Amino acid sequence: MKRFIARNAPGYIFLLPWFLGFFLLALGPILASLYLSFTRYDMVNAPRWIGLGNYEYMFMRDRRFWKALEVTFHYVVLAVPARLVMALAVAMLLDKGLRSIGLYRAIFYLPSLLGASIAIAILWRQLFDANGVVNQALASLGIQGPEWLTNPDTSLYTLVVLAMWQFGSPMLIFLAGLRGIPRDLYEAAEIDGTPRWRQFTRITLPLLAPVIFFNLVLQTIDAFKTFSSAFIISNGTGAPADSMLFYTVYLFNEAFKFFRMGYASALAWVLLIIIAIFTAAAFLTSKYWVHYENERD
Amino acid sequence: MSLDDATRLAHDLKLRRLRRERNGRLMKHAFLIGVSCIMLYPLLWLLSASLKPENEIFGNIELWPSAFQFQNYTKGWHALPESFTIFYVNSTIVTVLSVIGNLLSCSFAAYAFARLRFTGRNFFFALMMMTLMIPYHVVLIPQYVQFLQLGWVDTYLPLVVPRFLASDTFFIFLMVQFFRQLPRELDEAAMIDGCSPFKIYWAIILPLSLPAMGTAAIFSFIWVWEDFLAPLIYLNDIKSYTVPLALRLFLDQEGQSAYGQMFAMSVLSLVPVVIFFVLFQKLIVRGIATSGMK
Repeated sequence: MKRFIARNAPGYIFLLPWFLGFFLLALGPILASLYLSFTRYDMVNAPRWIGLGNYEYMFMRDRRFWKALEVTFHYVVLAVPARLVMALAVAMLLDKGLRSIGLYRAIFYLPSLLGASIAIAILWRQLFDANGVVNQALASLGIQGPEWLTNPDTSLYTLVVLAMWQFGSPMLIFLAGLRGIPRDLYEAAEIDGTPRWRQFTRITLPLLAPVIFFNLVLQTIDAFKTFSSAFIISNGTGAPADSMLFYTVYLFNEAFKFFRMGYASALAWVLLIIIAIFTAAAFLTSKYWVHYENERD
Repeated sequence: MSLDDATRLAHDLKLRRLRRERNGRLMKHAFLIGVSCIMLYPLLWLLSASLKPENEIFGNIELWPSAFQFQNYTKGWHALPESFTIFYVNSTIVTVLSVIGNLLSCSFAAYAFARLRFTGRNFFFALMMMTLMIPYHVVLIPQYVQFLQLGWVDTYLPLVVPRFLASDTFFIFLMVQFFRQLPRELDEAAMIDGCSPFKIYWAIILPLSLPAMGTAAIFSFIWVWEDFLAPLIYLNDIKSYTVPLALRLFLDQEGQSAYGQMFAMSVLSLVPVVIFFVLFQKLIVRGIATSGMK
């Protein structure tokens, strides 16, 4: 027993802050959130158990919940591939024998660092204003732009563009991945006269699959959690006509505007399950399209 | 075909290839410069709008102001009920404390996971990795209730204390990756010399891990500085507002035509991030490439 303590004590002591954090700020709240999701709770009166009531309301009657899901999925489906394609295309351009790549890399990455800030969200509102910069630029091409932010059909695209603008970090990860592909593969293909496009589908894509997978999972989880920019650009409500009602914005408003804490907890749990399903699906399907190099031997 | 012809042909082919490669490179540069301009344009427009007279801001894609309105900055600084001095002090307090908390608590945990042996290490490590995935929104409500009961709402404690408890798990992961690469012999030699685990952590691991600690410090600085959700929930009194919350107040005052001032303060809020980026670009780029963070 003494030896057990002596052997394990240092590890547990160093982990103490994390243990406290894990139980008090992660595990505890997650379980509490699960409990609250079965209650009605307004922060004034004690939580009242209503069984599956919140979930029943959510799935059967709450049109805004479905709208929020639709908006968020729509965004994820548009923004994630757009960002990844952009990131991969630019990374491939940067990868092959260019000088001053450092400068380009820095310029392309900067928006990713700034993009989450409120300042950029504020800027975006003005860029896509009815007579903002975007429409001015379109007008000079003879195109009349829509009222991006007040038109429910276009408002979500302003956020997709914002997401595309921040392709910097997946680009950096792709760059690191591209570096790992042996050059002689391309040289051999070149000698065989393999066209560029086939080099891309036969060499780059398969060897990059683990990195693409990694980026896909990361970016998808991230996209589901989008909050600040959607909150600011839609005036905190998801307007117009709930076209920017991101799941997190809806959750925030239910919790901190209307103090429906029980219902918001149920929303939070559904989000957790959706993200878990996506991550699990990505991992489960990965063996069919992601091959790691050292797996074969 | 004589030998001479053959060499000439080879030479010709080589020249043509070189020319094609040069043209390809020029095309690439042209394209990349084009993309760079598009990427930078919104930022430059923001900067220019912050210096423009009010009537030039809208419907104007030009970047050069007809007259430089530096008073946008001086007036903007005092445009809200409290001056931006207070918001910057608040943001600095929260950010500095959070960075210190992150570095200490996460390096502690990472040291345990990467360098120490104890029962249940793999289990706890797996737990830690799982918490990486959990969206903040799931723990938000119970945490809020908890902090409200503790009387911590409208203080900086809900923003800072979790960081001293290694709640930004991502940095643990980042540091574990780095600590694992350091040679084991260092610890073993130090152990034989009678060093305690704490001494090894403090005198060997930390000094050798400055790049990782630097990366973690920079990213936690930037993320906390830009953080919006947690301050939005926990800070109600305008005197305790951080800079992002203050910026949002400008939006509520829309119609009072203070766009220039709003943009001026937006620019200022980005300045620390840009400075950090310029100074520590190498660390940032390497940090992302090795750990894959946002």
